[in-house]
Amino acid sequence: MTAAAAEPVAERSEHSSRPSSFALLMNNRLATAGLVVLAVIVVAALAAPILPLENPDATDPAHRLAPLFSAAHPLGTDALGRDVLSRLVWGSRVSLAVGVSASLIAALAGSAIGLVAGYAGGRTDQAMMRGIDLLMAFPYILLALAIVAILGPGLVNALYAIAIVNIPFFARNIRGITLGLARREFVDAAKLSGKGPVRILATEILPNVLPTIVITLSTTVGWMILETAGLSFLGLGAQPPQADLGSMLGEGRKVMFTAPAVSLVPGLAIFLIVMAINLLGDGIRDVLDPRLRSGALTRPSARTAIVRDRRRPKEEPDPEATLDVRDLSTEFHMGRSTAKAVGGVDLKIARGECLGLVGESGSGKSVTAMSLMGLVPSPPGVVAGGTVAFKGEDLLDARDARIRELRGGAVSHVFQDPLATLHPLFPVGDQVAEAIRAHRPLSRRDADAETRRLFELVRIPNPAERMKAYPHELSGGLRQRVSIAMALANDPELIVADEPTTALDVTVQAQVLRLLDELRREKNAAVLFITHDFGVVSEICERVAVMYAGRIVETGKTDEVLSEPAHPYTRMLIDCVPVMGEPERRLDAIRGRPPAVDALTPGCAFADRCPRVQADCRTGELPLTPKRDSLAARCLHPLEPGETLS
Amino acid sequence: MTATILKRFLAAIPVLFGLSVLVFLMIALIPGDPATAILGAYATPENVARLNASLGLDRSLPLQYLAWITGILHGDFGRSYALNRPVIDIVTERFSATLLLAGAALVLAAVFGLLAGIVSAVRQFGFADKAITLLVLIGISVPSFWLGLILILFFAVKTRLFPASGMVAIYGGGGPLDILHHLALPAITLAAVATGVIARLTRTAMLEVLRQDYIRTARAKGLAERRVIYRHAFKAALVSVIPVIGIQAGFVLGGAVYIETVFQWPGIGAMLVNAIAQRDILLVQGGVLVVATAYVLVNLAADICQMLIDPRLR
Repeated sequence: MTAAAAEPVAERSEHSSRPSSFALLMNNRLATAGLVVLAVIVVAALAAPILPLENPDATDPAHRLAPLFSAAHPLGTDALGRDVLSRLVWGSRVSLAVGVSASLIAALAGSAIGLVAGYAGGRTDQAMMRGIDLLMAFPYILLALAIVAILGPGLVNALYAIAIVNIPFFARNIRGITLGLARREFVDAAKLSGKGPVRILATEILPNVLPTIVITLSTTVGWMILETAGLSFLGLGAQPPQADLGSMLGEGRKVMFTAPAVSLVPGLAIFLIVMAINLLGDGIRDVLDPRLRSGALTRPSARTAIVRDRRRPKEEPDPEATLDVRDLSTEFHMGRSTAKAVGGVDLKIARGECLGLVGESGSGKSVTAMSLMGLVPSPPGVVAGGTVAFKGEDLLDARDARIRELRGGAVSHVFQDPLATLHPLFPVGDQVAEAIRAHRPLSRRDADAETRRLFELVRIPNPAERMKAYPHELSGGLRQRVSIAMALANDPELIVADEPTTALDVTVQAQVLRLLDELRREKNAAVLFITHDFGVVSEICERVAVMYAGRIVETGKTDEVLSEPAHPYTRMLIDCVPVMGEPERRLDAIRGRPPAVDALTPGCAFADRCPRVQADCRTGELPLTPKRDSLAARCLHPLEPGETLS
Repeated sequence: MTATILKRFLAAIPVLFGLSVLVFLMIALIPGDPATAILGAYATPENVARLNASLGLDRSLPLQYLAWITGILHGDFGRSYALNRPVIDIVTERFSATLLLAGAALVLAAVFGLLAGIVSAVRQFGFADKAITLLVLIGISVPSFWLGLILILFFAVKTRLFPASGMVAIYGGGGPLDILHHLALPAITLAAVATGVIARLTRTAMLEVLRQDYIRTARAKGLAERRVIYRHAFKAALVSVIPVIGIQAGFVLGGAVYIETVFQWPGIGAMLVNAIAQRDILLVQGGVLVVATAYVLVNLAADICQMLIDPRLR
């Protein structure tokens, strides 16, 4: 390694931050700002009678349209000489009162409808929700206008109109939650104890839907204030001499060109109130939405972040090997905790060789496989050390463009669930042709012909027709054949197959496995085959590596590992495989669970579940040492040939 | 697929029926005597009697509905008492202006909302994302009638770049360019809220899609990131954004009421406000029915668009 290469790789994701603490705090800071602004306005509105304000309705034609910041009138006067500041405070009082009342009415009525519909289910639910849908078939404000048209203009009628228009939002949200709750055990228990439906709704279900009501309220109250102000602006709400912010704006519009402030100031007040409420509502929603905390709404970068300033093996990679992985370590940075999913893995695959990587779920085998080409989502994934050499070239040093060239070219992937891994909105033929054209300068037509040839190669019947099919129109087996065709599109030298048969049923599994094996022999491609199933390994892999808690614990030729493993963990995994004709075989899963990779203790990670554990197993770093024949194991007390677990 | 589209059309029929019943009931729901409410307190008894007879208010509600809907289907929406013209004439005239305004606003909102949402998602936590998030927040909090006033003060009064009101210039106006010139400010104002909502949901949809397995597959194929985002991710995100655009059509059609009042755009919204103030119920009824029907049809179109993009819905 040269000195230059020792520096951390430049192409690092520039936004490695997760939203966990910082962004949520930022959001909360905005929410806090909203809360403060709102509180000031609300307090001023409530205190209007005791504040030293002029009479908001006292006209003074001599001082009409006084400008902003004049001595007697800080916000000027309107066309009738009334003090704008005073009217603003009193108007806010009306606007807030009307908006909040409308919200509460909508929340109350909407929640009641939602609760009853969701709890009753069946026809009642159908009928009620049809009615709600019908209300929503009207454009939002238009419905409010129609209601005002029926009831006649006026502030109270505007309030009712806005409330009715917003009932559907509450009804729908609450019904959804109630529907789920009505089938839960605690509701059944309450029914059995003889409680009537009204009591169950009030005491069992209501407390559980309250948070949803609060969230819906916090996201709609701003709207309702805005819309009641809007109706007043149109002259359909507050009627003179009564004034809210909307009607002030509407009246001020008449003198807009001579005294713009008279209309702009109340508008600004509406904007501030609504903005403050929305900030607060967003903050509440963000804190309550689990997706934001888990980082499920963070964009993964095109390539896993690489931060390799620590461990880096000294010796040069083997240029003869197709894949030579040394001391690879991949971590997940979740807030303050770090999960070491892959903690120093060595793998070597010769040309045309098939290596099986076996382990339970959570052992780090998939993360190892996805780390090779930088396909671990980042954030939170980070490759923290080691080398990944493809024919002697360290991929962790490679530029993004080089990685893109290799992906789907010399190194291709087959993933587990082809329904989720194929794009649902493109025909499968197009998806394969796209893979071809990403690497070869072929015309559309030539790429299609090539796709057809590949479909024939993976034995898809009626290839021309199937190319036009969408993933959901194909069977699981056919879908996986498409994935394999895609992986073979550009004559790869290495195929990374991540549990390619796990999602398929058993007979299809065998077919797909045989196909994959034949094709890789035909093309002399090396395969890294990830699976949790020793039965599958024995069929196609020359060598096998067993992974546990992010490390390789045993490796060797497949038949030797399968017949006489040295590591107790391997033995137990093999014993889990059912064998035809031996029904009395023990099939108990291994007792206990794999350790959490963010809290590994010194010594052997398997110690807590191992029947042969001794005191020295729990201290120091255990190396992977050669045992007998091709076997190497990370174990101080390995099994001897013929020895079984007691 | 044709069958599925036909099915969607058929499914819209009960909605339209329910809608027409609600609009029809507007008159029955008016507190007090509908004829007096429509004609005003100073109506002559003869006029009240004539209206009662023409509305068929002495018959049972279902029969009244039947007569009413038959009339509607034949283009007879009754007569506006304030304007003394057939409702259908006023509504068609006004609705075309609203359609132009709302259509322009919806196109603006969809284009800029989608763009802003994508940029925001791709540059998540970056400067562009923060700036867009702030603009979106302002967009969905600002009262559109106030925004309209500000735009008028700045672009019409101060700089005189755009006209402050109307749809055509009073002297020698009327060409497409003239209309476009008049359309700019009201369309932008009307688009503000919808743009914000669409941008917000596009961002979320993109972020959700970018976590999907098929995006990893696209990257594993060696596609350029641009192609991954604009072809693979965007198309998938669009499936969930299209219904939102359909719903925004409703907010734009309704919100046109404010904008038409502020900019004196000769649309159906401004007409409705006047009609309500004058208690011209038949005109309100006709206007509401036409706009609501348009909204149902827009959502139907959104449904069909969604189906064209997503084969799983066919």
